[in-house]
Amino acid sequence: MTSNTNLDPKTASEIASHVEEPSQTELRAPRRSALNVLGWARENLFSSAPNTLLTVLAVSLLVWAVPPLLGWVLLKATFLGADPQACREAGGACWSFIEVKHRFILFGLYPHDEHWRPLLAMGLFLSAIAASCDPRFWNLRILAVWGAALPFCGLLMWGGLLGLTFVGNDKWGGLPLTLILATLGIVLAFPLSVLLALGRRSDMPAIRAICVGYIETVRGVPLVSVLFMASIMFPLFLPEGMTIDKLLRAQLGIMLFTAAYLAEAVRGGLQALPKGQYEAADALGLSYWQKMGLIILPQALRLVIPPIVNQFISCFKDTSLVIIIGLYDLLTTAKTALSDPLWRPFYIESYVFAAFIYFLFCFFMSRYSQYLEKRLNAGLKR
Amino acid sequence: MSQDAPKTPWWNDQGNRAILYQVLVVGAVVLVGWYLISNTLANLAARNIATGFGFLGREAGFAIGESPIAFDPADSYAKAILVGLLNTLIVAVLGVALSTVIGTIVGIARLSGNWLVARLATLYVETLRNIPVLLQLLFWYALITEGLPAARQAFNPLPGVFLSNRGLKLPTPDWGGTEWAVLAALLLAVLGAVMLARWARRRQAETGQSFPSVRAGLGLILGLPLLVWLLGGAPVAMQVPELKGFNFEGGTTVSPEFAALLTGLTLYTASFIAEIVRSGILAVSPGQTEAALALGLKRGQVLRLVVLPQALRVIIPPLTSQYLNLTKNSSLAVAIGYPDLVSVGNTTINQTGQAIEGVALLMAVYLAVSLGISVFMNWYDKKTALVGR
Repeated sequence: MTSNTNLDPKTASEIASHVEEPSQTELRAPRRSALNVLGWARENLFSSAPNTLLTVLAVSLLVWAVPPLLGWVLLKATFLGADPQACREAGGACWSFIEVKHRFILFGLYPHDEHWRPLLAMGLFLSAIAASCDPRFWNLRILAVWGAALPFCGLLMWGGLLGLTFVGNDKWGGLPLTLILATLGIVLAFPLSVLLALGRRSDMPAIRAICVGYIETVRGVPLVSVLFMASIMFPLFLPEGMTIDKLLRAQLGIMLFTAAYLAEAVRGGLQALPKGQYEAADALGLSYWQKMGLIILPQALRLVIPPIVNQFISCFKDTSLVIIIGLYDLLTTAKTALSDPLWRPFYIESYVFAAFIYFLFCFFMSRYSQYLEKRLNAGLKR
Repeated sequence: MSQDAPKTPWWNDQGNRAILYQVLVVGAVVLVGWYLISNTLANLAARNIATGFGFLGREAGFAIGESPIAFDPADSYAKAILVGLLNTLIVAVLGVALSTVIGTIVGIARLSGNWLVARLATLYVETLRNIPVLLQLLFWYALITEGLPAARQAFNPLPGVFLSNRGLKLPTPDWGGTEWAVLAALLLAVLGAVMLARWARRRQAETGQSFPSVRAGLGLILGLPLLVWLLGGAPVAMQVPELKGFNFEGGTTVSPEFAALLTGLTLYTASFIAEIVRSGILAVSPGQTEAALALGLKRGQVLRLVVLPQALRVIIPPLTSQYLNLTKNSSLAVAIGYPDLVSVGNTTINQTGQAIEGVALLMAVYLAVSLGISVFMNWYDKKTALVGR
């Protein structure tokens, strides 16, 4: 390479004389869009007759939808301190509903004076999730982060120690519950999913059959039926006299469900690795678990981080289904807040509030996953 | 390598080890299964619950709000579950069709050169797919049952069409006996159009002459039923819903539950399908279009013969999983009270106490439906796949 860059001047000019100068006609005029707003509009909105028609249609849709929406959200809306009567008279959104009910929607039945505890626990949880998003923690350090965060969150949520009053998990609710169900669902499902994926790729027919059977059965049925099974059948599975907590049942159901989907993501990563990696590990004389633990999984799991994040997003949205078995997650609290006869008409405000929270989490997670995919591709393409 | 290498002991032989591991794992699974089943049987015996599917033949004793086939509380549980399955299938089929149409439109709109249209499509996709579908269902249901006026003040957007908190009321055409003839004509026309397209393709392969089979087929499908309808005396009478007391009579009803479920599922799934369609179209390189145009194909032919077949190959596998998702998500109907399979199954379980059989039945039916969709889509995928060497 160095010989090429250090060409002597004479050869360089010789080569240059063979390279044709671009002719004047080939030089493109600057894009119209660069010139002014009008040019931009002509290029992007009115470039042809059908395009103009589309623009007119879109603008008329906006004219039809935006002013009433804006009126409802802002102009005719009532904000802090308005009572239901004032809200109904104003005719717009009743944001004082959120002011009155936000504690209940966010924290459910958790004792009012102790709300700082779930808030703090949530902050810890989110910090742990944020740390997991940082590539510097994609090694055993992540176990330390969660190992430290989870007991502390448990202490905050349950209490009963260090002067904190005990709060049973039947009182947990709202956003912390949604976060716990989704995050623990993924975290607990992860080891199981790796085993399932390895089993599905195994040479042993009996083990492969068990794993394929589990994965395909769970992927073929709706989460609702898995939750039904968890809530109705799990108590029957246990020996007499033993009971299993409702929250734990739902958590187990979500975990078992997520593991099947996650296993398929992990399998994608295992299949994406070149065969040479497996063969090289075999040639080194590594045992199966050494091969997987030292060579294959560290590479394959890195490849599947974006699909895992996507799975987390859908798991986060799916936790809303626990409303069907009567747990007080974010969606249930938003719905229950409406059972107050005074505030019954303001269902849109309640659902929009909950939807906004879900949206924030899912939107940023999906952006993060897109960023990761770009990063991974950049590393592979070079 | 020396000839007389020490023989590996049998416990170090890879094949023997594999068998040992498998026996151990299968043994562990069987053991856990046996433990759970024995616990369950003991629990059931303690609660005096009989096992078995005998309850399916007993009288259900509950009414079902809407049903495509006649259902009476005196009918059996088996029939109730069949009604639930039919309701699920109706929502799934309509949802798949509608979300494919909307998703394709939005997906293409996202790629539009028109800045405003592309932004609106992006807004649609990003908003809807980041909000749980169950929340969307509850929202639509609340909007219909609380937001729409009572039957007396129903919206009347078109003559004979009423929109109220009791759902959507539509007029039904009074065919006067010709409906079967028209339906038969329609089926005949579809069959004819398919045969015509095959004949045209074969002729083009043999002689190179093209035939406008799409236009002719459409003409056949529209024309033949119209002709039969005209021959039948062109009945135009409509059965229009009329307000009697607090509700409407006559016409067909789209219940609030069904409307909310279909709207929510369709709009949610369409946002995913839009992304699939978009990535499918982006996967076909522009060189393909340019080459096809250079060969002298018309715009429509380029789309139909060059771009779509290649895009479909990318689109179909993820589209299949979206269809499966929509079908499985229709089980959320239980939250808004549409009598789908899960909802009816839940009622059955609550009434009979046959939890295990009920849940197993639900899962088996969903597995069968999922399997059916996968088999069909895999067949279609194979049909469109690249024929390699």
